[in-house]
Amino acid sequence: MMQLALEVGQTATPEAVMFWILGPLAVVAALAMLLVKKAVHSAILMAFVMVVLAVFYIAQDAVFLGIVQVVVYTGAVMMLFLFILMLVGVDSSDSLTETIKGLRPIAITAALGFGGLMVSLLGRATLGRDAVGLSAANADGNVEGIGYLLFSRFVWPFEVISALLVTAALGAMVLAHQPRSSKKSTQRQQSINRFRGESLATAAGLPAPGVYARHNAVDVPALLPDGTPAPNSVNASLKARGDMLDSNTFDLKKISTQVEEEK
Amino acid sequence: MDASNYLYISALLFTIGAVGVVVRRNAIVVFMCIELMLNAANLSFVTFSRINGNLDGQVMAFFTMVVAACEVVVGLAIIVAIYRSRRSASVDDASLLKR
Amino acid sequence: MGISTSLVYLIVLPFAGAAILLLGGRRTDKWGHLLATALSGSSFALGAYHLIQMVNRPAEMRPTSQKLFEWISVGSFNVDAGLLLDQLSICFVLLITGVGTLIHIYSIAYMAEDRDRRRFFAYLNLFIAAMLLLVLGDSYLSLYVGWEGVGLASYLLIGFWNQKPAYATASKKAFVMNRVGDMGLSLAIMIAFATMGTVSFSGVAEQAHHTSEAALTAMGVMLLVAAAGKSAQFPLQAWLGDAMAGPTPVSALIHAATMVTAGVYLITRSNFVFDAAPIAQLLVVIVGAITLIFGALIGTAKDDIKKALAASTMSQIGYMILATGLGPIGYAFAIMHLITHGFFKAGMFLGAGSVMHGMNDEVNMRKYGALRHFMPITFITFGIGYLAILGVPPFAGFYSKDMIIESAFNSGGVQAIILGSLTLIGAAITAFYMTRVMILTFAGTKRWDEGVEPHESPWLMWLPMAVLAVGSVTSGYLLYHDKALYKWLSPLFEDHGEHEELLKPIVVSALALTMVAIGVSIAIYKYMRENVDSIAPVDVSFITKFVRKDLMQDQFNEKFFMRPGQLLTKGLVKTEDVVVDGSVRAVARMAIGSGSGLRGLQNGFVRSYAALILIGALALIAAIWVVVS
Repeated sequence: MMQLALEVGQTATPEAVMFWILGPLAVVAALAMLLVKKAVHSAILMAFVMVVLAVFYIAQDAVFLGIVQVVVYTGAVMMLFLFILMLVGVDSSDSLTETIKGLRPIAITAALGFGGLMVSLLGRATLGRDAVGLSAANADGNVEGIGYLLFSRFVWPFEVISALLVTAALGAMVLAHQPRSSKKSTQRQQSINRFRGESLATAAGLPAPGVYARHNAVDVPALLPDGTPAPNSVNASLKARGDMLDSNTFDLKKISTQVEEEK
Repeated sequence: MDASNYLYISALLFTIGAVGVVVRRNAIVVFMCIELMLNAANLSFVTFSRINGNLDGQVMAFFTMVVAACEVVVGLAIIVAIYRSRRSASVDDASLLKR
Repeated sequence: MGISTSLVYLIVLPFAGAAILLLGGRRTDKWGHLLATALSGSSFALGAYHLIQMVNRPAEMRPTSQKLFEWISVGSFNVDAGLLLDQLSICFVLLITGVGTLIHIYSIAYMAEDRDRRRFFAYLNLFIAAMLLLVLGDSYLSLYVGWEGVGLASYLLIGFWNQKPAYATASKKAFVMNRVGDMGLSLAIMIAFATMGTVSFSGVAEQAHHTSEAALTAMGVMLLVAAAGKSAQFPLQAWLGDAMAGPTPVSALIHAATMVTAGVYLITRSNFVFDAAPIAQLLVVIVGAITLIFGALIGTAKDDIKKALAASTMSQIGYMILATGLGPIGYAFAIMHLITHGFFKAGMFLGAGSVMHGMNDEVNMRKYGALRHFMPITFITFGIGYLAILGVPPFAGFYSKDMIIESAFNSGGVQAIILGSLTLIGAAITAFYMTRVMILTFAGTKRWDEGVEPHESPWLMWLPMAVLAVGSVTSGYLLYHDKALYKWLSPLFEDHGEHEELLKPIVVSALALTMVAIGVSIAIYKYMRENVDSIAPVDVSFITKFVRKDLMQDQFNEKFFMRPGQLLTKGLVKTEDVVVDGSVRAVARMAIGSGSGLRGLQNGFVRSYAALILIGALALIAAIWVVVS
């Protein structure tokens, strides 16, 4: 794909073809990002837009940035987004119904005006010359050119931004860190709790899910010897999510006690 | 192929991102929309770099990416912290600013 | 003019006493009064030292000055805080510190039972310091500071027993009426600055010759208002009678001997203004003449011994003001009468205090009587003061008052005859009411309340009275002899031509003594012949009632100044409320309205803030769009 992008970047017509295919797709994907309900879908669409932008970068002789875009954005940042999405889970904020009255029309009107004026301004702005192109600047290679600039003219911002990065990493740790509110119980304490607790029923550990039932999945509660289900055999988070299945589902209506005699 | 076409698409993506920030309630989607706006700006940088024939725009886009990465890291940490205390990732639920 | 570096200590010593006593609090209760007395006494000693130094120098070298610091320096306006000790100020310095120290000593015993004695002495010292600053300041501005300082001390001391509402009201009345005078003084200072560009005495004296008579007249009138306020002269006289609410030593020191004479000092000090402004000078004479008769009339109807003496003070200061209004021929005699009056009136007030001390603080003379047997020393010292104020030779008042009457007769024209007659009538009325005081207090029969046991005061109290009595006898002759005071002061005043003598001095003296004899005879006829009721008779003539009400001075003030003032205040309050506050409130309402309108935007939702940012960006882009197209 990269080789293709590089090639279409060289000549006008292929680039145009690529642009007119990928460009509308990117816009549609971006719009869809706003309209889909699930945040995970939004993230996938976002990743698509970013990959398209990476192609655009490469097509415009910004090979290094294109690669960085894929690696850093699509690879790292979007994965971080997905990771947090999984951590935080699904909740009512995924709903698309507007709760603040009148906000949506205002936003859309303002955005239409903003975009329209922007496009209109761009349309009226004239450069007065053709694009110069980067073949001269990239004579020694795009990475070399950027590296040269980074460590000569932009070395001071580069250093500052490195400090910012370190600060951000530390800040994220500080923000996400949560000190324990109680002392971590020792193994001895846990043992005491188990045997001196209210009952000895769980002294040997909780029943494992599924195993003694007629289904061996983790989301089905085990059956106790008297035939009743044991809800505490299922993981608490599955219960909380409502993903626990009823053990009755797998009840056999009639148990055949007769073993077919071997002939 | 006129390079300014990229500018148009950049403006459109920026606008879409801005609308997303306003209309979406999920804090993570809001963040993604902000990323979209930053990316749209980056596309402009790269395009101008091409138009002007030097690499300054690309360097600037590179810096933008780093800053965006910082912002994502801190922002997501904040979301996690808020989620821990409020059990919600909705930006509307964190509306204590007015009191 | 000499330079001295020790002038400031005259003021610093008593001021330090006030500061130590006020800031030291109860710790100084045990020895505070002794310290205050010692500091006042050392100030007197320093003053005496300066007098000796002055006497030994030739006349033109006598004044000394001391520059303290650069006070105000704004553009072309420069005022240095400086002190000036000349022949006039030294008289006051010695009078203030001398009489002041005697009264300090007297107060040690008089206030012995008062639990706030330390505070009393602190205020006394504060008064001495402020009064010294008043007479030592070398500019109107320095004088003004002292002028306000004595006003403050007077206020604090009149209301010293402020637990009694009437006394607190009296101090407030004195303060408010004094403010009218203070306004006059500040206006006079402003006029001086506006027309002459300077406020120092020497500067104004120099510029007076080049300044228009109108400006000088205005300044003179304002100075007269100031003097009338401080010296209880018509029409600002009403506060002095109520000021007797303060402890008796205060009445003796502040409201008889020193502070109330500040007006005389001010006019004398400003002689260069009044000499060049005949209209202002005429007004001074008129004010003095009215007050001397006015005060004397009030004195005839007072049963309160202190108020009778206060009325007498008012009247005597009227003499002094009249003398200053006569121009160069009168200044020296005004000061002379001021000094002798300081002695005999302070002595009489202390005597009154001594009587009150022995009579359980009773002030009504109708409840005295026959006290000469019980308080012989008080009787003798009071009697000497009495003879002095009457002007009986060779007591002090004879010399000083006769000189004023003589000057009045010699001032020329029709004015001279009117003024001379008025001063003579004043002398007769003075003789009448002072004799009345003497008879009611010391002669006649006992009219005491039950349980009162009069006794002579302790030596700490009668000693100052005795010293003042000696002064009342000798000061007149000492100052008159060989024209001592006249010659001493004359370098300060412009020379004047010889006046024709309308009446020979001996004739004036004879006339005055005759008038005094008439007054005394009427009093004896009226009060010795029959027993005096211990309650004032009610069925009296209209005139008596009128005089008893202080010639309606309070009613007049109330009707013509207080009520319209209240109306004006009400109107102003209304205006302030509707116009000034109204516009302010309207602005506030506008702010509140727009604030509560805009508050709707502040709903706490981040997304609506983001929408606002978006709208802002739209506005920005729109502006660019408009500019570009």
